[in-house]
Amino acid sequence: MQTVSSWGRLRQVPHEVARPAFLDEARAVLQAGGAPALCYGKGRSYGDVCLNENGRLIVTDLLDRIISFDRERGVLRAEAGLTFERLLRVVVPHGWFLAVTPGTKFVTLGGAVANDVHGKNHEAVGTFGAHVLSLGLARSFGEVLTLSPTQNAELFAATVGGLGLTGAILWVELQLVPIRSAMMEIETLATADLDAFFRRAQESRDWPYTVAWVDCLAKGAATGRGFFARGRHAETGELTVHGNPRLSVPFDAPGALLNAHTMALFNGAILYRPWALGAKTMHYDPFFYPLDSIAHWNRLYGKRGFFQHQSVVPMAHAPDTIRKLLELTAEFREGSFLMVLKLFGDKPSPGLMSFPMAGATLALDFPNKGESTRRLLGRMAELVMTAGGRLYPAKDATMSGDAFRAGYPAWRQLEAQRDPAIMSDFWRRVTAPAAAGAA
Amino acid sequence: MTILILGATSAIAQAYARRRAGEGARFVLAGRRQDRLAAIAADLIACGAAAADPFVVDLTAIDGIEETARALRARFGEFDEALIAYGLLGEQVVSEQDPHAARVMFDTNFTSAALWALALLKDRPAAVPFTLVAIGSVAGDRGRASNFIYGAAKGALDRLLEGLAQKYGGSPVRIITIKPGFVDTPMTAGIPKGGPLWATPDAVAADIARAVAKGRRVVYTPWFWRPIMLIIRHLPWFVFKRLKI
Ligand SMILES: Cc1cc2nc3c(=O)[nH]c(=O)nc-3n(C[C@H](O)[C@H](O)[C@H](O)COP(=O)(O)OP(=O)(O)OC[C@H]3O[C@@H](n4cnc5c(N)ncnc54)[C@H](O)[C@@H]3O)c2cc1C
Ligand SMILES: NC(=O)c1ccc[n+]([C@@H]2O[C@H](COP(=O)([O-])OP(=O)(O)OC[C@H]3O[C@@H](n4cnc5c(N)ncnc54)[C@H](OP(=O)(O)O)[C@@H]3O)[C@@H](O)[C@H]2O)c1
Repeated sequence: MQTVSSWGRLRQVPHEVARPAFLDEARAVLQAGGAPALCYGKGRSYGDVCLNENGRLIVTDLLDRIISFDRERGVLRAEAGLTFERLLRVVVPHGWFLAVTPGTKFVTLGGAVANDVHGKNHEAVGTFGAHVLSLGLARSFGEVLTLSPTQNAELFAATVGGLGLTGAILWVELQLVPIRSAMMEIETLATADLDAFFRRAQESRDWPYTVAWVDCLAKGAATGRGFFARGRHAETGELTVHGNPRLSVPFDAPGALLNAHTMALFNGAILYRPWALGAKTMHYDPFFYPLDSIAHWNRLYGKRGFFQHQSVVPMAHAPDTIRKLLELTAEFREGSFLMVLKLFGDKPSPGLMSFPMAGATLALDFPNKGESTRRLLGRMAELVMTAGGRLYPAKDATMSGDAFRAGYPAWRQLEAQRDPAIMSDFWRRVTAPAAAGAA
Repeated sequence: MTILILGATSAIAQAYARRRAGEGARFVLAGRRQDRLAAIAADLIACGAAAADPFVVDLTAIDGIEETARALRARFGEFDEALIAYGLLGEQVVSEQDPHAARVMFDTNFTSAALWALALLKDRPAAVPFTLVAIGSVAGDRGRASNFIYGAAKGALDRLLEGLAQKYGGSPVRIITIKPGFVDTPMTAGIPKGGPLWATPDAVAADIARAVAKGRRVVYTPWFWRPIMLIIRHLPWFVFKRLKI
């Protein structure tokens, strides 16, 4: 047994780890039988979707080969453990980019499909899954299946956003988007309050990428103060790829370092740094991946790890709910400084269980202080549920089974398509009571 | 630039080939699994390789080496570079007891590799540049109770390469031994990892690329193994015999 944790580092979880180097091996591991299995990409999920205590974990990082890259059409097929980091190194020089990317490039194709990740351009292009042309899925039984919106369509819908439960994704074929330059044109605007954010979002519809940061410590009339950034790929500039992380956090920050000042400094230095107000041009790397410049930044939260809350609330209730969430975090003083805020559009996702829905999504980190942090997360979840929203499984470590099932009514369909040899800590946590009740 | 890789499915070899693919090199990928070699070839092409041809062969089939080497050279032309990457860590306790297992260790890590080196150099026009790289191991520098069968084979290979290097001194033929320490690859899957001594295959590959560019004779990788092994090689017997390493 070997211990593995997820990005939040809340628990060191024992697993029987397999690290196949080739696709045939990965399939053989899944089919070998034994304890329930689960795939693990780069473990950039914060909670327990990528963990499977005392079970088998199929770590996919060695499965990172490109199978084909059509430089004319921008179609790339690769093994599921390929990271966005390496993918960009290969495709950017040829004038292609990911249609959708999360806030870190250290995620794998398989993980991006399984959480159907979103980027700063959800309103314009939908989720990652919307750009997946097809994928190969190995199950604990039978042949490797090719899934697409038209081939094995039901299983495709269950697999995109399917939290790794339908099988092991062996390869993914993607449609990339053309770029002329590796540079981005950015505008950063100050927002005085939440209304200003929603106004900015409205008037930025012709910018594909938008995101905002809100100061969690601002109170009263200033609640929701922050800034709003919008960007697009530049028309001119070179197609230069990103570099390596410049800094690394070598070990857990001792508790003493973890005070309001250091975390504010960290957030300020890393998140605000590229974002001086006004218009500018910058490389895609600091625009999309500001935190990637420091390897292992999650260690700054110390040994006990940290939580992230990310939720989405339908538009009608968004301004009101976000204000309440900000007031709640200010009241609890659990040490969150920044809230990332953006809008999701109404582009449907191909996945049954995808997180995004039309509305506003917000994300904030909290150092793990134990019960008090969990209580706050519970209260936040209640507010979100009341507003008809839901929490993001990729970020979650605490939501109740009820909250999950209310937010994801299609969960039974996923359960029906789940590979019986696959299980995760997340799935056990959020389905256990109802599954038992139904049986 | 045409590079022959013997044992192209090795994690270290793959990382090395990826680095060289960016230069537009052509690869011949020898190994025993067609499907796996084909997956690696496709990846190298996507990374910029001008060509990548799988070549399925039992590299340790001692009697066939001379002929296979000739066939390879006839089919692909003279290579500019060859990397002997395949190897077998085995289990010391098993191969100490089982002569057949011991022989597989010697045949894989030494005999076949040595014959490949000879066959690839045989009848080469002396004026044509060629770089022969083989992956040995720090384990070959001294015989240790915990892995002397593997170590003996890797050490013998190093000795052979040393002799060849002397023979080809002053010619454009380079003979390089790479001596990695602990590398995080499938070969060491069963060994608990972590800590500063463990290197990534890519770090080792970067050192191989540098060694090839500079035409070094012996390269320890990562670099800190050079001073470590310098000390270990020079420990007098009465000290060394008591060491549990
Ligand atoms: C700094 C940071 C910023 C982020 N920003 C965003 C963001 O903007 N938008 C967003 O959507 N997410 C974001 N995330 C979350 C991240 O994108 C997702 O958690 C992503 O799924 C992680 O990918 P991974 O390869 O690390 O997968 P893991 O976290 O290892 O696994 C995630 C899930 O995928 C499954 N899985 C992995 N590989 C396979 C496979 N081959 N076959 C089947 N199932 C598999 C696992 O079982 C698990 O259920 C961010 C995370 C970080 C750390
Ligand atoms: N990893 C370390 O810590 C370490 C340290 C020092 C030296 N080395 C040396 O580095 C080299 C590369 O190893 P690696 O770490 O990259 O390990 P690896 O990924 O496990 O690769 C081992 C390679 O050897 C091949 N091989 C093993 N037995 C074979 C046989 N009988 N016939 C043909 N091929 C055989 C394998 O081929 P298949 O894919 O067909 O099985 C594979 O290509 C080896 O020579 C090893 O001794 C490794």
